[in-house]
Amino acid sequence: MSTDPEIDPETDPNVDPEIDRASWGARMDAGSTTSDRLPRRWRNALRPIFTTEHRVIGIEYLVLSLVAVAAGTVLSLVMRIHLVWPELAVPFFGQVKPEDYLALVTMHGTLMVFFVLTTAPLSGFANLVVPEQLGASRMALPTLNAVSFWMTAGALLILLAAFAVPQGAPISGWTSYPPLSAVAAAGPGQALGMDLWLASLTVFCLASWLGSLNLLATILNERCEGMTLMRLPLTVWSWLVASLLVLISFSVLLAALLLLFSDRHYGTSFFIPAGDLVAGHVRSRGDGSPLLWLHLFWFFGHPEVYIAVLPGMGITSSLLANFSRRPIAGYPMMAMTTVLIGLLGLVVWGHHMFVSGMNPYAGTAFALTTMAIAVPSTAKVLSWLATIWGGGLRLTTPMLFSLGFVSLFIAGGLTGPVLAQPALDAYLHNTYFVVAHFHLIMAMAGVFSIFAGVYYWFPLMTGRLMNGTLGKLHFWITLIAAYGAFFPMHFAGLAGEPRHYSQLSGTTPLLENLLPLQRGITFSAVILASAQLIFLANLLWSIMRGEVAPPNPWQATTLEWAPSMARIVKTSTSGLDPSASKFHQNIACRAPYEYGLRPNGLDFIMQCDPNTKAE
Amino acid sequence: MKFNLVTIFVLFLLAQILLILPIFRRRPRDQQPRIWLAESLPLLLFGAVYVWMAMTAQRLWADDRYEGPSLTAMQVEVVGVQFQWYFRYPGEDATFGSTRPELVNAAAGNPLGLDLRDSEGDDDIVSSELVLPVGREVDLRLRAHDVIHGFFIPGMRLKENAVPGLTLHVHFTPETAGTYPILCTQVCGLGHGHMQARLRVLPAAEFADWLQAREGKRRAEEAAIKGGV
Amino acid sequence: MPATFTRTTQVEPERRDTGIGGKPPVDRRPTGGGGEGDNWDNRQPGRRGPRELLTRYRLAMTFALAGDLMFFVALVSAFFVRQASGHIDASNNYISDWHPLSVPPILWLNTAVLVLSSLTIEMARRQLFHEIDVMEEWFGLGKPTVRRATPWLLATVFLGALFVIGQWIAWKQLYAQGFFYTTNPNSNFFYLITGTHALHLLLGLLAVGGALWALFVLKRIEYRQIAVDCTAWYWHAMGLFWIFLFGLLAFSQ
Repeated sequence: MSTDPEIDPETDPNVDPEIDRASWGARMDAGSTTSDRLPRRWRNALRPIFTTEHRVIGIEYLVLSLVAVAAGTVLSLVMRIHLVWPELAVPFFGQVKPEDYLALVTMHGTLMVFFVLTTAPLSGFANLVVPEQLGASRMALPTLNAVSFWMTAGALLILLAAFAVPQGAPISGWTSYPPLSAVAAAGPGQALGMDLWLASLTVFCLASWLGSLNLLATILNERCEGMTLMRLPLTVWSWLVASLLVLISFSVLLAALLLLFSDRHYGTSFFIPAGDLVAGHVRSRGDGSPLLWLHLFWFFGHPEVYIAVLPGMGITSSLLANFSRRPIAGYPMMAMTTVLIGLLGLVVWGHHMFVSGMNPYAGTAFALTTMAIAVPSTAKVLSWLATIWGGGLRLTTPMLFSLGFVSLFIAGGLTGPVLAQPALDAYLHNTYFVVAHFHLIMAMAGVFSIFAGVYYWFPLMTGRLMNGTLGKLHFWITLIAAYGAFFPMHFAGLAGEPRHYSQLSGTTPLLENLLPLQRGITFSAVILASAQLIFLANLLWSIMRGEVAPPNPWQATTLEWAPSMARIVKTSTSGLDPSASKFHQNIACRAPYEYGLRPNGLDFIMQCDPNTKAE
Repeated sequence: MKFNLVTIFVLFLLAQILLILPIFRRRPRDQQPRIWLAESLPLLLFGAVYVWMAMTAQRLWADDRYEGPSLTAMQVEVVGVQFQWYFRYPGEDATFGSTRPELVNAAAGNPLGLDLRDSEGDDDIVSSELVLPVGREVDLRLRAHDVIHGFFIPGMRLKENAVPGLTLHVHFTPETAGTYPILCTQVCGLGHGHMQARLRVLPAAEFADWLQAREGKRRAEEAAIKGGV
Repeated sequence: MPATFTRTTQVEPERRDTGIGGKPPVDRRPTGGGGEGDNWDNRQPGRRGPRELLTRYRLAMTFALAGDLMFFVALVSAFFVRQASGHIDASNNYISDWHPLSVPPILWLNTAVLVLSSLTIEMARRQLFHEIDVMEEWFGLGKPTVRRATPWLLATVFLGALFVIGQWIAWKQLYAQGFFYTTNPNSNFFYLITGTHALHLLLGLLAVGGALWALFVLKRIEYRQIAVDCTAWYWHAMGLFWIFLFGLLAFSQ
């Protein structure tokens, strides 16, 4: 912390030498601030990769998430297929054994929650646009930011390595309840595989922690003049709150991981109770409490859900306002509910533990706080509906995905108040009802907001627009298949089918009757996954051949589209516009969402526009 | 429950319609939505619904879990072991014998580690299926030997984790005779999906017969062991 | 570029930074954006002024320390949970395996050393904000702050190392008494808490070393100030955390 090597003492503190140089290409040619010992060609090849340039880091995060989401999706497909056709040997995978199924569940959950839903919306998009949206020239701590990304990448590699070790990946789920996770003999994959899982999460914790420090310092300190808190775009609000949650909750997870590691390797018993007998041997030396892990884990785990979904809410708010050409309804309320959801999110962790042996009075308390969180969430939904109600909707691909986000958020969110009731949760806990709930509200809604973001900010990344036809096709298939995959799960849950069961045949008639339903879900899941190939194709095609984007293709008001902020926007196919490359100091003169018909005929007023009078 | 589901389903449809409608309205309105009408008022209504939901939920939960079982409830111990449920009845003395983890030996017929020196355990019956009489409250003591298991009888709307190191009590009254599956809902290792048992709810007389038969069987086994010695 | 955006005011902010402690620079930028309801007084104190960089790093340090505090809070809550947990044995007796551990007396000495080191680093920090000296450095008339702060930082390094060595001796003493990491839950927590704290302190020592390096290498006074200032706040926080943790270990067993 003592020094920041990025700062060149000779230059002005407010001007980042890297940014002052026109563009990527120009920067690559124009000498270097890094070591001159490397041959020039190598340096030029490596610089764009090991850069502290926040936009590049943002894209790197998104690529990392793409890798993780591809891996996670393949794992889930193998699971789905095994669940309904247990005898079938999956191509490239072979026969799935019960322990393989649990390993798949664990790795799917870990990959998706940490490396997709945390990484892409928070680290990815925030790095891509936060300084621009603030009107700032740079991140507060760019080096720390780069370190954070490379640690995240390392964590992903460590996690994926768990497949390659003897006995394979861990089987205790992404929540890793001890003693199953604390005793190596408790199952296959619980030895080295589990250690790798712990190592991966530890590195990920530290990485996210550093990344969120940078974001917080940037958002609070680097805002341009006039960018008061109440003029922040709602995306920035959500990243601010999510970063705070990362800081608070990942610290606790780190402590819990440390204790678990100690239990596994140094013979302590924080989480292993007295007389715990696993595989024929008494494993404990003291009165540990598995419930302690549950509390520590869920103190992290529940805010984690909001870390994943809050940025999605922010992106959706911005995009709905933009594409319905109306100011967001009730901006102060939206900002406040973001904060409120974050704060309440810290005190609801017990609703994961209603039937875990927690005191029933504590159950009531957590039920009440959980119910309370429904209020700000409802306020957000109402505000979204009010925003688009009566607006002139432009149904572009990012808009469709934002509408899809709202639809899925409602679908998944409405089951929240049901699950918040302990007496009902006692039946539904750990059944497919819960799987449906969190896949709709966190996974699907989260992924929809990621898609919306990618389609929306693609011009900032590549200077081109993504193909609209393919995008719309992608959207409709994804939406229908997402409902097809996750909506019927409610019925499986209501019928009482628990999660984590590797096969239904050969068990009780209660579960065997659900096979046709699960087959339908598997079909939808396969379609859902296949539809993403359209996205990949669109992505590749648009990077190469996409329509060249105008400087502000969506006619947005937020500063990342301001001409003074444009540094990588290509104005023609031949090269970079040099006039767009010079960084100017920005001033935010108005609220972030000034859309709508104005007497002077303007449809929107940018935040930095000092001249036009707002109505 | 049913009310909850209907409510949320109606709300779901309503919200989706509200979401889709503006798509077809292409002519934008000039006027801003009135915050009072669009947000504050519905929010108050929703708030009221949530408060009401929370209150009924709290009452249900309190009825279910706040108080222990009546003193006359039948005692049964449930023990989760990778990957099997065991049910122990206290026998005639209505007291469970003590167990020690060191003594657990499923192959030798002592899966729960009953301490043979403890005379209270002499009449304990260990079963791999849960058999209960109709209409009598039962108090389950949930324990686990190794890892956390989830004890779930869908037919009885009953779920509670069996946590090693803790003894958790849940109580319920089976009302209808029949056979119900018992499942494990907390991932507990590679056999998790097959960690199932059965609950048989019998009329009181049949239950007494069953208990007696098990008692006889236990005595016979005991005699055989003693004879062997 | 859409026709809606035109910039008439070219903003060329006065960027000359006069260093902290010096006279704040005159802000010659045009104030007020569009003029409608813009209140530039809303800006945070020190924003865009000479302290901007310092604020940035202080802010990051504050958040880092807040997160770190949560880490220790988690450990301490685990401590209390573990302390309260026990089990009921075969004959219905409540058994707790929590055996209070008397902390080695040397910890009192260590605490005193750490408090003293906090004082020394605070002295070092203050040297860097001494107004006349800062002005002198700003005009390039010498490096009085470096000259004055160095001994205090060296003293901090010495005292910090002394503290870590003292902790090492405490562990040795416990070892000699037969208390190992796994001996009982209490010794678990003792070693875990003191260990993680010592690790933080070693990081702090590295940071003080870095600050010393920064004093002699970095050319601008602002960066030297940042290096020493942030290190000092980190060091103070570790001192506070230690007092809190030591109180826990010594009195809440």
